[in-house]
Amino acid sequence: MSTTTAPAEKAAAPEAVSSAVRRNLSSPWASFVVIVITILWTIPTFGLFVTSLRPSDKANENGWWNAFIDHTLTMSNYSQVITGGDVIPQGIEQFFINSLIITIPAVLIPLAIATMAAYALAWIPFRGSTFIFVTCFALQVVPLQMALLPLLQLFNKGWKVGGHSIIPPIGGHGTYYQLWIAHTMFALPLAIFLIHNFMSQIPKDLMEAAVMDGAGHFRIFRTIILPLAVPAIASFAIFQFLWVWNDLLVALTFAGGNDQVAPMTVYLSNIKGTYGSALHLVTAGAFVSILMPLIVFFALQRFFVRGLLAGSVKG
Amino acid sequence: MNPFLAETLSKFQQMGTALAVFFGVLLLIFFLGSLTRGRVQTPMARLVMLGPAVLLLIAGLVVPAVLTTIASFKDANNKKFVGLQNFSWVFTNPDNLVTLRNTVLWVVITPLVSTGLGLLLAVLIDRMKRESIPKSLIFMPMAISFVGASIIWGLVYQYSEPGSEQVGLLSQLAVLFHVSDPPNWILIPFWNNFLLMVIFIWIQVGFAMVVLSAAIKAIPVDVVEAAMLDGATGARLFRSVTIPMIRGTLVVVVTTIMIGVLKVFDIVRTMTNGNFGTQVLANEMYAQSFVQFDSGRGSALAVVLFVGVIPVVIYNIIQLRRDHAR
Repeated sequence: MSTTTAPAEKAAAPEAVSSAVRRNLSSPWASFVVIVITILWTIPTFGLFVTSLRPSDKANENGWWNAFIDHTLTMSNYSQVITGGDVIPQGIEQFFINSLIITIPAVLIPLAIATMAAYALAWIPFRGSTFIFVTCFALQVVPLQMALLPLLQLFNKGWKVGGHSIIPPIGGHGTYYQLWIAHTMFALPLAIFLIHNFMSQIPKDLMEAAVMDGAGHFRIFRTIILPLAVPAIASFAIFQFLWVWNDLLVALTFAGGNDQVAPMTVYLSNIKGTYGSALHLVTAGAFVSILMPLIVFFALQRFFVRGLLAGSVKG
Repeated sequence: MNPFLAETLSKFQQMGTALAVFFGVLLLIFFLGSLTRGRVQTPMARLVMLGPAVLLLIAGLVVPAVLTTIASFKDANNKKFVGLQNFSWVFTNPDNLVTLRNTVLWVVITPLVSTGLGLLLAVLIDRMKRESIPKSLIFMPMAISFVGASIIWGLVYQYSEPGSEQVGLLSQLAVLFHVSDPPNWILIPFWNNFLLMVIFIWIQVGFAMVVLSAAIKAIPVDVVEAAMLDGATGARLFRSVTIPMIRGTLVVVVTTIMIGVLKVFDIVRTMTNGNFGTQVLANEMYAQSFVQFDSGRGSALAVVLFVGVIPVVIYNIIQLRRDHAR
């Protein structure tokens, strides 16, 4: 608004410099460019949403912007894609449930394991704890692709050394267990790193006071550190939720052909390939799958941003 | 009862049981651990708290990575050692040369464009009154899966037969600029790679913007004031104050996106499945391992991916050290 500030004013009142800086910098041009980019960034998603509401003949005949002229919107695409219909016999509902069943334990289990590990690394130092922490940091960047094949074999055949079975096979190909365990393993490096960074900043005095009172590590963890670490744990939970919900690679590898456990990403990838010309249904399916992460994202954005910053700025 | 409901119920039961067993065992161990006293307790706590994570990391990442490296020197069935045969295949097969070229394009272009746009937005948004709404909307694609994003952009690039009305937004724009039958964009050789990159950039700009915006806001006010009293404004202020102050963060953002883009395969798989000259390393790795069932070649591709990450990480660590030393 107030972009016109006399230069003399700035020099005259040093204590007003700070606000003068702000005023000088805020320009209608900046706002204009940002608004244009924001609109550009939102249009594709908006187009998907509008297309998913158009009747099949209209959606496949002309662009979604025509919906503002012909005013024909319908919910029938959603009922068709959710339970299955004439075009796509299999509905998304089962895959939605699978996504939920995969995601909930794949968030809670690594969270529990990583929180304990982060505490041990931050507050029970020993020879080699730095080494473990640095290894964790390094493992973050190992491409998942490096681990997929051997892990799949481990799950399906177990581990044998010299004829002795060390780890038994875990279920058949495509069970929830394989997905939960794989996601847990892949999540640990980032989870430990994020939560450790947060925990190690908790003031030492708090710990020392508790030790003076005769509290052991288990009690300190439960009564002092855990409650204080909630923001970091929440940030990671959101991260992990979005990661698992949106994952395709792990899901394809460990649940690939099994519709009983495959999540929505696998379903969408398949219908995009097979029924790509049924735009009204593919878009409705896509919208069903992005609805949940969007709700989580908008509701908990603050925690998400905090986690992002802890992970990449301080890193 | 309706079969879908019955099945859903049994799935939830399975999940509930698994969670109950996991947390039950955890609580039991915790309870037993807290019974120990004195000198036994510290090693006990270490073992109980760190043990599961270390075991899972070794079994899930360290050992598999080593096995994959070994498998990359073996034949398709992981039986016989074949030396460097798989790697020479990676670097000489004509299709793979296109794949490698595409991967290099992805790794160079997407981080730079995403970070550049993110920086521009971070700077501009810093000068706005109501920043939270545009910030949220530009950041929003981060919550959308690569598969979902591919469907969103597939609609933008949608092709319509000549003479019919346009369904895709890009084609409609082309029509507005007097292109009479817009081509099937995704089939245009070479340039279709950039159309796929747009999807990745669309997702990553929000990330770059949010992180850089926080770094810009963290620049001490007195530094900016001092520069302004010295007469620095606009572009000058940006070049000699803002950029040096957020240098470390810029490096982290670029390298984070670089590491991410090397591994990305969902977009290519969903949009073209690697056809029409758009294949990238990560998708070729999946195809070799799980479609062709050639463990040797798949592993070799994974190793190439891993080796590609290493220089980025080393550079990142050097930058980090330099910043800390200052």
